[in-house]
Amino acid sequence: MSAIPADASAATAVATEDVIESRRPEPMARRVRQRLTSRGATAAAIIIATIWTIPTFGLFISSFRPEDSIQNSGWWNFLGDFQFTLENYGDVLASGRSSSPNLGQYFLNSLAIVIPGTIFPLVLASMAAYIFAWGRFRGKDTLFIFVFALQIVPLQMALIPLLSLFINLKIGEFQLLPAGTYAQLWIAHTIFALPLAIFLLHNFISEIPGEMIEAARVDGAGHATIFWRIILPLSVPAIASFGIFQFLWVWNDLLVALVFSGGTADVAPITQRLAELTGTRGNEWHRLTAGAFVSMIVPLAVFFGLQRYFVRGLLAGGLKG
Amino acid sequence: MEDLGEKFFQVVIALAIFAAIIGLIMLLVDRAPKSFRDKATIIGFLAPAAVLLAVGLVGPAVLTALLAFTDRNGDPNGLDNFVWMFTQPEALVTLRNTVLWVILVPLLSTGIGLAYAVFIDKARGEKGLKALVFMPMAISMVGAGVIWRFMYAYRGAEQEQIGLLNQILVWFGSEPKQFLLDAPENTFFLIAVMIWIQTGFAMVILSAAIKGIPNEIVEAARLDGASAWQQFRNITIPSIRGALIVVITTITIGTLKVFDIVRTMTAGNFETSVIANEMYTQAFRANEPGRGAALALVLFLMVLPIVVYNARQLKMQREIR
Repeated sequence: MSAIPADASAATAVATEDVIESRRPEPMARRVRQRLTSRGATAAAIIIATIWTIPTFGLFISSFRPEDSIQNSGWWNFLGDFQFTLENYGDVLASGRSSSPNLGQYFLNSLAIVIPGTIFPLVLASMAAYIFAWGRFRGKDTLFIFVFALQIVPLQMALIPLLSLFINLKIGEFQLLPAGTYAQLWIAHTIFALPLAIFLLHNFISEIPGEMIEAARVDGAGHATIFWRIILPLSVPAIASFGIFQFLWVWNDLLVALVFSGGTADVAPITQRLAELTGTRGNEWHRLTAGAFVSMIVPLAVFFGLQRYFVRGLLAGGLKG
Repeated sequence: MEDLGEKFFQVVIALAIFAAIIGLIMLLVDRAPKSFRDKATIIGFLAPAAVLLAVGLVGPAVLTALLAFTDRNGDPNGLDNFVWMFTQPEALVTLRNTVLWVILVPLLSTGIGLAYAVFIDKARGEKGLKALVFMPMAISMVGAGVIWRFMYAYRGAEQEQIGLLNQILVWFGSEPKQFLLDAPENTFFLIAVMIWIQTGFAMVILSAAIKGIPNEIVEAARLDGASAWQQFRNITIPSIRGALIVVITTITIGTLKVFDIVRTMTAGNFETSVIANEMYTQAFRANEPGRGAALALVLFLMVLPIVVYNARQLKMQREIR
């Protein structure tokens, strides 16, 4: 049921959740339930839900209010002083105006970073996971445990030397991975994703029945064929879960971007631009509110559209970072 | 829009190169002489991930560990960086803040998440209520930083407030407050943001675990006349112990590495810095890679025991089953 059995307890719990949710509540259970859900608990839950929602809601409302209103009255007055404008969004996205933060460009950068930044590690990790699950060679288990253990290395540990490595990677005078291109970001994100991805995909791939692979081998299929025709199609649930998780992780990242992007409009992702804006134009709330929502739109769409997979990826991917 | 074309082109080229490399590996593996084919597969499938991990993670981590014992010119300076870290007032504030974060965030987000999960368990509209609290998890910490900077926004007492929290203060008749500037309490207001983000994570996992508790046990306790609190203490808590450990350790690790929130909201000024942020500041802004590396090393050492503990718990749980 659960896609990724990385964490025993949490994964089983999710599986059971699915079972329970699909079960019809019986009348008896419903009566018991009503007695149990006391008023106090309901009130507390509503209070928590409200506190947790208000900050985002306030920003969302403000992003549609004119600059003047944002600066001169609180957003909670929006009903009394109702004004609606898309000007803020136009302003942060349009590249024509000189004062615009030009978020449209950075949004595209985020897309350009996140697509290869998700595909590369998924493919490489699946290949490695296949070998760890079904290959036979001496020291395999030790090597696998070592890869698993790499998760505990915080990426902060790798940043400084990795940056100088990228700078020094030259063939003659030709710099292989010049600063100010996406390449450094793609590779950095791929590297940092690999340990967890290999571990999770291995857990899934090793559960594929051995007979299927044996049968294909008897039919004369090579490893490459088995990998593309059997392993990958069967691993889609695990790949999807991890893929979504990695996608959000790369999209929301700031640290890797700050170190490797060079910060120009050619490469830097939207998170970096937004962080920069809060530093330099921290009081231009009409821009910050709209900008924040532009940066959130993709994660929120992923979240609401694929919540199920997202939760699975999260349950499995808790140790990432 | 030529920009869009160019960015799109770069991504397509990168994907094509990547596909070519993978295709080449597959081809070589399949065409290898039969006696060598298995070995070729193992090497071909593992090599890309292995090279990236060795060059991009293992090597840099070792280099960082060595770098921690050098000064800004790269000359060895013994333990000077660590002496700096544990004696200089600014560095000590960073350590103190990190400790505060690591104690408060896991405790409070797990506590609130657990309470919320229990309160809304089997309530009407449970899914929607969950999504409200869970949503902050999907957005970037930079976005969360903007959201909360707006909540904390400050205006002088004579002006109308635009930040909700200051408005609440004013409604209750007190002076508006510089939430993010006044040390030392400003650290707590940053911590609140992380709690806001992590509570959803705790809630989702714990809620799944609660639903995994066998119905018979709950039923039996109820027939024995156990109160809601007794049920919670004697049945719920022991039954979800494994999930609780996972949640607390995961949040602890995430908190230790927290960077984006501090960077976006105060950039570590006004005595709010934490290790992960100070590491970035020292290494990439203050031109003190040695100190940055030392901080990264300390971060690693702090994460290490938590991960080891977590791994052992997981192993124990698997053995029990």
